[in-house]
Amino acid sequence: MVPTLKDIMARCEALFEDLHFNAVKEWKAAVPGRKAIGFMPVYVPREIVHAAGMLPVGIFGGGDQMEVIQGDAYYQSYICRIPRSTLEMGLTGRLDCLDGMLFPSLCDVIRNLSGMWQVLFKDKYVRYIDVPHNYLDSVGGEFYIQEMQTLREDLGRIAGKPISDEALNASIAVYNENRRAVQDLYAYRAQKPWQAPTAEVYLVIRAGMVLPPEEHTPLVRAYLAAVDLEDRPKRDKARVVLTGSFCEQPPLSLIKSIEMAGCYVVDDDFGLIMRWLLDEVPADGNPLEELSKAYLHRSAQQASKFDEKKEDKGKYLLHQIKQGGAEGVIFAAASFCDPALLERPMLQDILSKQKIPYTAFKFAENTGQMAPIREQAGTFADSIKLWSDA
Amino acid sequence: MNTTIQMTPAQPGKKPVAEVQKEDAMLLQKEMLNANYKDLASAHDQGRKVAATFVPGNLNELVMCFDFARSLPETNALQNGMRKKSGKLIMDAERDGHSEDVCTYVKSDLGMMLGGEIGPTGEKLPTPDLLLLSYTGCFTFMKWFELIRQKYNCETVMLHTPYQGDGKITQSMRDYIVKQLKETVIPTMERVSGVKFDIDRLRQYMRESAKAEDDLVKVLQSAKNRPSPIDGYFGAVYYIGPIFTAFRGLPEATQYYDVLRREIDERVRNKKGPITPDGEMLEEKYRLVVEGPPNWTSFRDFWKMFYDEGAVVVSSTYAKVGGVYDNGFRHDADHPLESLADYCLGCYTNLSFPQRIDMICKYMDEYEADGLLINSIKSCNSFSAGQLLMLREVEKRTGKPAAFIESDLVDPRYFSGANIKNRLESYFQMIKQKRAVAGVVTAH
Repeated sequence: MVPTLKDIMARCEALFEDLHFNAVKEWKAAVPGRKAIGFMPVYVPREIVHAAGMLPVGIFGGGDQMEVIQGDAYYQSYICRIPRSTLEMGLTGRLDCLDGMLFPSLCDVIRNLSGMWQVLFKDKYVRYIDVPHNYLDSVGGEFYIQEMQTLREDLGRIAGKPISDEALNASIAVYNENRRAVQDLYAYRAQKPWQAPTAEVYLVIRAGMVLPPEEHTPLVRAYLAAVDLEDRPKRDKARVVLTGSFCEQPPLSLIKSIEMAGCYVVDDDFGLIMRWLLDEVPADGNPLEELSKAYLHRSAQQASKFDEKKEDKGKYLLHQIKQGGAEGVIFAAASFCDPALLERPMLQDILSKQKIPYTAFKFAENTGQMAPIREQAGTFADSIKLWSDA
Repeated sequence: MNTTIQMTPAQPGKKPVAEVQKEDAMLLQKEMLNANYKDLASAHDQGRKVAATFVPGNLNELVMCFDFARSLPETNALQNGMRKKSGKLIMDAERDGHSEDVCTYVKSDLGMMLGGEIGPTGEKLPTPDLLLLSYTGCFTFMKWFELIRQKYNCETVMLHTPYQGDGKITQSMRDYIVKQLKETVIPTMERVSGVKFDIDRLRQYMRESAKAEDDLVKVLQSAKNRPSPIDGYFGAVYYIGPIFTAFRGLPEATQYYDVLRREIDERVRNKKGPITPDGEMLEEKYRLVVEGPPNWTSFRDFWKMFYDEGAVVVSSTYAKVGGVYDNGFRHDADHPLESLADYCLGCYTNLSFPQRIDMICKYMDEYEADGLLINSIKSCNSFSAGQLLMLREVEKRTGKPAAFIESDLVDPRYFSGANIKNRLESYFQMIKQKRAVAGVVTAH
C-alpha cells in the first residue's frame, strides 16, 4: 500500500521525537550482532560505517523536549547547548544502543567532547574524525585517506571482519542513491515551497539520521510523491535561505515560526551531511580515494571548513541563493556557536555587496520564546515583499 | 638580581603610584617585546615584509628564514588587555557586527584594525603581507585570519595541524604537516618574501631554540623546590614571552633564558620565594597547579589575590601553550621539518582531553601541589570546553581539592574581582581544612 503523507509525516515525527532511539534498537535486534555507530554533525564518511554492516546514527542534540540536568554540570554558561544535551543522553543511557561515537572536526567544543566521551564512556569506541584543510590530493587527500583507513580498520575489527573495497563501493552506491533523493527533495521544495514546507522537509531529513539509507531513500521518494498530490495554497511569501544551523539544530517550532511569519525557506544547512558531497561519488574506483576527492573538491562549504582563497568565501551561500531563487537570507546560528558567529560578518559583508537582504538571530535547541523570532522574520519578509526594489 | 621600577611617573596632586618589583629577566623581556613592536612599525619603511601568526604552533624559526618581521595578534590583544585598552576595542568590534558570544582576542584585534591599527605601544602596526595560519588547537584562529583576510585582502597560508584525538602523534600526521610545509607553506613564504629558503639557516635557528628550551624547562621545573623560586603561572607569563613569540631561535632569546636560569638558580640556592609586583613572597602557604589562561585586563589584581594569601602557582598548563617542552621535546636541527611538525602537534591545546588530564595529574604529583585551580576563560573554548569534567577527574585521581573560577582573556566586563577573590579565599580555607584533617589522621 502506498503510504499517505499523513502516515509518512507521523513516522518521521515519531522518529524525531524518540530520544531513546528505539528505531536503532529495533534495527539492531532484527539481526543479532548488528552494531550502530553514532556521529555528530556536520560530516563523517558514513559509507565506511555502512560498509562495516553497521548503522550510522546522527546524534543531533536533545532538542527542546528533553530536560538537561547532568549535561549542564559539565559546561559553563557560555558553551552552546548541543554538547550538554548530547552528554545528557549519554549519561542517562539513551545512547546505550550505540557501540561507538564519531566526533567530526567541527569546532573546539565538539573536539573536546570527543575526549570527554573517552573519559566518560570507556567501554565504547570513540574516534575524532579529522578532515583536511589542505585540499591537494597529494597532501590533504593522502592524510584524509589515512584517517579513513584507520576508521575502516577499527570498524572492521569491531565488526569481526575487514571492510573490503567491494563493500565500500556498494555503500557508496547506496549513499549516492540517498543523496540523489535528498537533492530531489531540496529541488522540489525550492520549486514549490508551498507544497513542501520546511517543517516537513526537516523531519524527513532527520528521519535519515536514524534509519538505514536503504529505508530512508524510499521514504524521501514516498514523501515527494505524496506531497505532490496535496493541494496546498501558494502564498506570496518571501523566499529565503536559512544558514548557520549546521550543527545545533533549531527547535521545530522555530522553523514553523519562520514559515508562519511569511517566509518560504528554499534552502538551509540542517542535516548537511545528507548533501555535504555535492555529486555522485564514483562507486567503481578506489573507494577511499574517491571519497577523499569528493570531500576535497566537490563538497559543501560551511564555517568549520577553511576557505583557501578570499574569493571562495560565500560562494556556496550565493549558489544556494541563486539555485533556490531566494530573495534574502536568514542567519540563524546557535548561541555561542563560534564557527557560525565568526563566519557571519564575512557572509553579511558579501551579501551587502550583492545587495541581498538579510537578517540574523541566535537560538538554542531548546529556545521556547518564538514571538520575537516570528516578529523579526515577519518584518524581514515584509521588508522584502513590500519595500524591496524588485 | 632584582630591580625596583616605578610603573608610571608620579604626578603632582595624584596618589603615589605603587612601586613594582621585577626580576631583571622580566625587564629584559619587556625590552625585547617593545623592540619587536618598533621593528614591526618600521618594517615596511625598511622594505621588509610582515608575517602574522599565532602563538601555539608558531613557526618562528621558519618565518625568520624569510626575513619577515613577525606580528602575533594574540600578543597584541593581550598587551592591549594589560594596558586597559581592550575593552573599548572589543565594543568597537561588537558595534561593527561581531557577536558578543565570540572570542575577545579576535574582537580586540578587529577593534584595533577599526581604530587604524594603533598597536599596544602606540605605534601603528603594519598590514601583514602574509597570514600564516599555524592552525593548532583552536578553530577560532582559522576564522580570525579569514576575517583579517576579508578586510585586508592579504595572502593567507594554512598549516593544518591534525588533532591528537587518540592521544598520539602518528606518522601520517607528521607526514601531512611536512608535506604542507614543503608544498604550500615554504613556497608561499618564498613567493611573498622574495627570499629563497635555506634549510641550513633553519637548522641554525633551531639549534638556538633548543638551547633556550633547555633553560626554560629548568626555570619552570625549579618550582619543584620548596619554596618555589618562581610563580609558574603569573611569573611564567614573563618567562614564556620571548620563546612563544618572535624570538625563539634568536641568540637574544638564548641569552634571555640563560640570564633567567641563572637568576632562578640563585634564588633556589638562597631558598627564596618568587618575586611578585609587591616584592618577594616570604612565606609559601599553598602550592597550586593552574589550568587555563590568565585574565589580562586585571592581571596584577588577579595575581595579588594569590600572593596576598601566600599561594604560589607551581605549574600551569598555560605556560605550555606555545610548546610543551617538559616532556622532552626540543627543536631538532637534524630533522628540521619533522621537528616543526612534532612541535605543532604537541602544543598543549592540541592534546586530547585525557592527555591534558594526565598532564595535570602528573604536575600535581611532581610539583607536590595542594590543589588544582581552573581559570575558565569565556573566550577560549579550546581550553575551556570540558574543564568541569577535568576538575572532577583530577580530584578523583589525586584526592586533592580543585576549584573553578571564570573570567575572560581581555574583556574587562568578564572579570568580577570580588567574586573571584571570595572563591579563592574559600578555596584556600578548604585546602587548610583538608590539611588539618590529614594532620589529625596522620597523628592518629
